[in-house]
Amino acid sequence: MQEFNPSYKTFGNKAILIEWPAKITDEILDDILIFKKKIKRHFKGFSDLVPAYNSLTIIFQKPITDFNKQVDILKNIYNIEWNIKNLECDIWHIPVCYDAEFGLDLEFYLNAKKLSIDQLIDLHTKALYTVHFIGFLPGFPYLGGLPEVLHLPRKLNPSLNVPKGSVGIGGKQTGVYTMESPGGWHIIGKTPISFFDVNLKEPCFLKAGDKIKFFEISKDEYYKISKAVEKQTYIVKMEIYHA
Amino acid sequence: MHSIQVIKPGYFDSIQDLGRFGYASIGVPISGVMDEVSANLANALIRNSSHHAVLEMSLIGPVLLFQKEAVIAIAGADMLPKLNNIPVKMQTKLSVKMGDILTFSKAVYGCRSYLAVKNGFKTEQKLNSYAAFKGITDLVKLNKGVILPIGKQLKIFRFGHSSIKVDIQHFESDVLEAYKGPEFELLTPKQQDILLSATFQIVKNSRMGYQFEEVLNLVHKHEILTSAVMPGTVQLTQSGKLMALMKDCQTTGGYPRILQLSEDAISKLAQKNTCQKIKFKLIHL
Repeated sequence: MQEFNPSYKTFGNKAILIEWPAKITDEILDDILIFKKKIKRHFKGFSDLVPAYNSLTIIFQKPITDFNKQVDILKNIYNIEWNIKNLECDIWHIPVCYDAEFGLDLEFYLNAKKLSIDQLIDLHTKALYTVHFIGFLPGFPYLGGLPEVLHLPRKLNPSLNVPKGSVGIGGKQTGVYTMESPGGWHIIGKTPISFFDVNLKEPCFLKAGDKIKFFEISKDEYYKISKAVEKQTYIVKMEIYHA
Repeated sequence: MHSIQVIKPGYFDSIQDLGRFGYASIGVPISGVMDEVSANLANALIRNSSHHAVLEMSLIGPVLLFQKEAVIAIAGADMLPKLNNIPVKMQTKLSVKMGDILTFSKAVYGCRSYLAVKNGFKTEQKLNSYAAFKGITDLVKLNKGVILPIGKQLKIFRFGHSSIKVDIQHFESDVLEAYKGPEFELLTPKQQDILLSATFQIVKNSRMGYQFEEVLNLVHKHEILTSAVMPGTVQLTQSGKLMALMKDCQTTGGYPRILQLSEDAISKLAQKNTCQKIKFKLIHL
């Protein structure tokens, strides 16, 4: 597996940045996630491990006084054998209502892409998306796998208040606003699912490496699921994914 | 339960501790006090641990009513604190009685002031931290009437404690020490030179970050894939705008990270106001 040779950089005196080639691929994602698991098991003294497209940042609890020694330890950990079969992941099925009431930028988006609403829904729900990492907002997944025909540069003027649950397309990416926030993506629909709940033992059910599939629901279903989510009786459909 | 009631909120007051660690990989900001040096001093004066939650006040402080007796200390920006209308010292241990009113005004120096109470503020803890953040804690900032629970107070002690002299350099120095950031080398030698010799004016500041005036000579065309950022990360946008990220910053960002402020520099910057100017000084590991 160890076909990559990640580089190690200082990032202030309390973090080490580990970088892979500047590409967005599933192979790099897998390598980052395996390394992250090994670090969790074999390395000490850190408070946070932050994965991203082609990087893993280790934030330390105390200032680092021996950078080179830490890097040597990390290089050894990287080379520890790891059974790839441990890396199975979950596919989460996320309901989305593509009604114009929720898809605040649907009209603009469909005009710009010269697509019908049915074509958009078909393309957006057919794809299998990979969660590369969580960032930007609590629980916000950075997804890879948006079909190229759906790419559209971000809005020139970002909206100040994108409602929680909004599903958007920005550039080559698609995703869900997990909290109300300013944002520059074109909003094409809304999910009633809550991606982040601070009161749960695990506030965020998604993790880097997971897969997402969207499916279409009507407005009636949206409100029904919304109520169930509020009562905490809705269970997000999930299956195990085998590569 | 001992508590403090907010009679009149200040410009922006929030409960903070040293931050929320261990949740960056699910996108939760670290948060915590902006100026750790001053907050730690306030806690230390009343023999609290540095982990006790304090009240962070920005620019103009609040008016507070003590519903029971308490032992307190104030450090950071000088907001001319008064107890029942009589000026009280900063950087010292103070004893307040039930019904006392503590008033803060506009800061005469610095930007952020800290009120510590014996055994800390006891607002709701979320994800192992008291640090206020929208979407994480229910209480984001103080509003009129809010009641802040505080820890168990000891018996009132006698007055007469001397005040610790404030290190004025902490507020007046315009030099911020910083390490090279991961993308420092993307800058041309001339740009590196400008970055380390020019003065930069603050145009905006919040708990998320400090924005500086655009510098035409720092315009660039580099893009990076979104990657981790932290409090103290200095990003440079393509248009030549510097942004020093602070405690409530996002966990990831897409602009080149050209510097990383030292912890002391983060605290110093937290005391600067919009329109003030700063310089960066390179330090090495």
